[in-house]
Amino acid sequence: MKTIQKIGLVIFAFGLLLFTLLPFFGSYQLEKETVEVNVKEIHTEEMVEVLSPMFGKTYSSNFAFISDFKSYFNAYNDGLKANQEWDKVIWDNYAFALTKASSTGPVSENPFLFLGITVLIGVFGALLYILPLYRGQTEGIKNDGIFFSSMNSRGLLGMITGAWLILFYIVLYWFPEYITNLVLMVDPISMALSGNPASQWFLYGFIYTLAIIVMGIRMFRKYRGNAYQTIRTTSVMFFQLAFAFLLPEILVLMNMPWHDFKNIWPLDYSFFYEYRIDGMISSGALGMFMLIWGIILIVVGVPLFTYFYGKRWYCSWVCGCGGLAETLGDPYRQLSDKTVKAWKIERYLIHGVLGFAVISTALTIINYFTGFALLGQATDQLHSIYGFAIGSAFAGVIGTGFYPLMGNRVWCRFGCPLAAYLGLVQRFKSRFRITTNGGQCISCGNCSTYCEMGIDVRWYAQRGQNIVRSSCVGCGVCSAVCPRGVLKLENGDEDGRINEMPIIIGNKSITVKA
Amino acid sequence: MPRSHTLTTIGPSMSKANRNIVIIGNGISGVTCARHIRKKDDSAQITIISGETDHFFSRTALMYIYMGHMKYEHTKPYEDWFWEKNRINLKRAWVEKIDFEEKALIFSNKESMTFDVLVLATGSKPNKFGWPGQDLKGVQGMYSYQDLELMESNSKDISKAVIVGGGLIGIEMAEMLNSRKIPVTFLVREKNFWDNILPLEESKMINRHILEHHIDLRLETELGEIIGDESGKVKAIKTKAGEKIDCQFVGLTVGVSPNIEFLRTKPLESSENNKTIQTNRGIIVDMFFKTNIPDVYAIGDCAEFQEAPATDRKNIEQVWYTGRMHGETLAFNLTSDKPVPYQPGVWFNSAKFFDIEYQTYGFVPPVWPEEYESLYWEDAGGKIAIRFLYGKSDMKIKGVNAFGWRLRHDYFDKAISEGWMFEKVLTHLNKASFNPEFFKSHHKAVLDHYNKQKGNSLKVHKISFFQKLIGSRT
Repeated sequence: MKTIQKIGLVIFAFGLLLFTLLPFFGSYQLEKETVEVNVKEIHTEEMVEVLSPMFGKTYSSNFAFISDFKSYFNAYNDGLKANQEWDKVIWDNYAFALTKASSTGPVSENPFLFLGITVLIGVFGALLYILPLYRGQTEGIKNDGIFFSSMNSRGLLGMITGAWLILFYIVLYWFPEYITNLVLMVDPISMALSGNPASQWFLYGFIYTLAIIVMGIRMFRKYRGNAYQTIRTTSVMFFQLAFAFLLPEILVLMNMPWHDFKNIWPLDYSFFYEYRIDGMISSGALGMFMLIWGIILIVVGVPLFTYFYGKRWYCSWVCGCGGLAETLGDPYRQLSDKTVKAWKIERYLIHGVLGFAVISTALTIINYFTGFALLGQATDQLHSIYGFAIGSAFAGVIGTGFYPLMGNRVWCRFGCPLAAYLGLVQRFKSRFRITTNGGQCISCGNCSTYCEMGIDVRWYAQRGQNIVRSSCVGCGVCSAVCPRGVLKLENGDEDGRINEMPIIIGNKSITVKA
Repeated sequence: MPRSHTLTTIGPSMSKANRNIVIIGNGISGVTCARHIRKKDDSAQITIISGETDHFFSRTALMYIYMGHMKYEHTKPYEDWFWEKNRINLKRAWVEKIDFEEKALIFSNKESMTFDVLVLATGSKPNKFGWPGQDLKGVQGMYSYQDLELMESNSKDISKAVIVGGGLIGIEMAEMLNSRKIPVTFLVREKNFWDNILPLEESKMINRHILEHHIDLRLETELGEIIGDESGKVKAIKTKAGEKIDCQFVGLTVGVSPNIEFLRTKPLESSENNKTIQTNRGIIVDMFFKTNIPDVYAIGDCAEFQEAPATDRKNIEQVWYTGRMHGETLAFNLTSDKPVPYQPGVWFNSAKFFDIEYQTYGFVPPVWPEEYESLYWEDAGGKIAIRFLYGKSDMKIKGVNAFGWRLRHDYFDKAISEGWMFEKVLTHLNKASFNPEFFKSHHKAVLDHYNKQKGNSLKVHKISFFQKLIGSRT
């Protein structure tokens, strides 16, 4: 490793450390006006009264502040619950908004400074490490030492990274009030883009996009000379930056609902929820376009594109989850489980989630059109179960947190209902396949090892069989790492695409069925 | 893995039922043979014996373990439950001698095992040509799993390595050491790398690529002796020209020979009672893989055909693919009433020299007789090349060498076996290419090159815009 890369790693580690510690700095002071501004009008009176003991008091840590807030707030609600006064209970969660608004520390005064010494310096350090990667080396596969690396083969560094990511997701989803300092740093950027202060989701989107771009640049270095990888990586970087990050914020600036045009139900599981439908319908022509476009993607886009190109058109070229997996997650692709057992679990889980999403959405739509006569608010319960278990725990905590432990496609492989839908089309009606090149396979195992979806590619390749699997996202890495030119992702005639009993070319003595 | 349940009545006669088939060697030949016997014979008892590892692994992938691309587990083509599920017994042992009279194997721990049918698939071992110092510590070949373990320990904390022998294993070993940043001097006896197989231009291209990887390539240089220190470890080598090169590791990669020592060097106490198996460099077999002893067969690297299987084939075939074909064919014969002779199709092979992939189909010798003509094209970058060999008078394609350019096996298998016109192949090269999508295509450049040479104006076979749009080749 070159000196400049070592410096880069130190700078990155410094930025990351500061980012991690930042939530613990600063002081917090709640004022009456803060509550009035940040709380819904119907709750203002009660909240001001409930929180009045906190007014004017200076807290030196967010833990103390949040602890006091929760004890007053919960005491109020518990009292109401005890008296069965359900309609008076405040169900809204104001912890994040009020903690953020009460922060009086240096971060709120100098957001750019702190953004600079945490995130931006981290990006700078990462680039110092990434840009010189493989410089002076020839184009080709760069997998030397991967299984000696603590970071890449579940060593101590990998475990620590996994633990950090898991913790980050848990805090982000369920305890965002503890990271208001981090959100404050990106407030000015959010204001500039959408005219609104940042939420934890804006912070997440910002870091997520940066991760895809920085690690996308790493992909360019690592797969230099491989046009498929380069173009594909450029595509995921573009879709994340333009469609997932910038455009939705600009829509908000234009008083439109936040909308990601490339997200598709059932991955976008809230697409048919009441508030989303109402939001789209009440937003004029563009809103109607969002609704119609979304439905066209589900009904026509997915089957048509998947027929011609396989599910890769979405999973490894467009999708945001795929984008992160293919960039930030690339160093961990070799950690996916290739056993037949894992494949079995995968099929139960992913189709189970698809079933859950379809049923829950169907009930939602029926409920919507029957004017909530059928199930009343029961679908809300269903939504919160799905949101918690699938949307947050599975997709986020496990999906990304487990990158360094179970590989970079845990969510896409075991949980994503859209991947399941795309996969069904790919398996049964598509021109896409990975062609096996006659008898050239030497069973070395590079393809299977580096398959992020845990497909035992070699099992097919060594018997001269094409690989037609619903889970294949078409990342193309099996083909890239093959030392003998055996694998090619291609779209072709459906005829001969699936060859269950292939004949391995080269032996004229007999026509052996593998 | 689908399994037939009907085979005790078809194929082999009833006398063949419940046979005890023992295979020595768990490489590609032995394992392929065992798998295919099981597919067609539900009743046979199948045992594979190996002293090397418990399970079948891909020998060609050993280098990737050393380089950290994979772990040993990743090189196993089948999960461990596979063998029990298919009722293939695995025995970990070294066979010391074989009593052909009693149909019994004697292991190194003096245990024994009987057989009805014996398949010898014992593979190869690295050649040593009697150089002084060839048995010093730190001097080794590279073939088995044990060699890999040895290399791991021999190359620990060393600052310099020498590799002797310019073939496939030599260049792989150079790549392995290079991945650990160990400087390598590579002694090649020939004028150019692997030039007993590759034509001149191809050899020179690989020469350049070796140098590009900072390997100290010494062409036309032969090993004289290996010099050890007091503790019996290698400390230097001397070339035949007298140059001394300090090193702590020597890789001997001057080819491999059939691993059959255990068959011929054990004079049995009651030798007059024992039949002996006929060997030359390898175990002598006919086209049905039969040795001179009934019910004993030999396949893979260790077998030597009495007569070469085809004019362009050798008597000993030491390639992964041929091992697999031997295994397939023998398994067929052992489970069929109508045995077939081994009849390989169009030759093919592949390798990778550092970053440059190599594929070959058909007949492309390093130098060719008068009646052939060749077209060679090399990309300006000097890392992509293709060579065609075709008949001067009949213009039929005979073979192709490709570097940095993946080609379709089934296309060339057909083109060569059916004797397609070379110019037809040339104008349809876009269909024959197996490169990943979006890779720069070179078929037009090759055709232009040919047109210029011949004053022709052949045109590339076009595909429509729609076909391009949907990424279809046909």
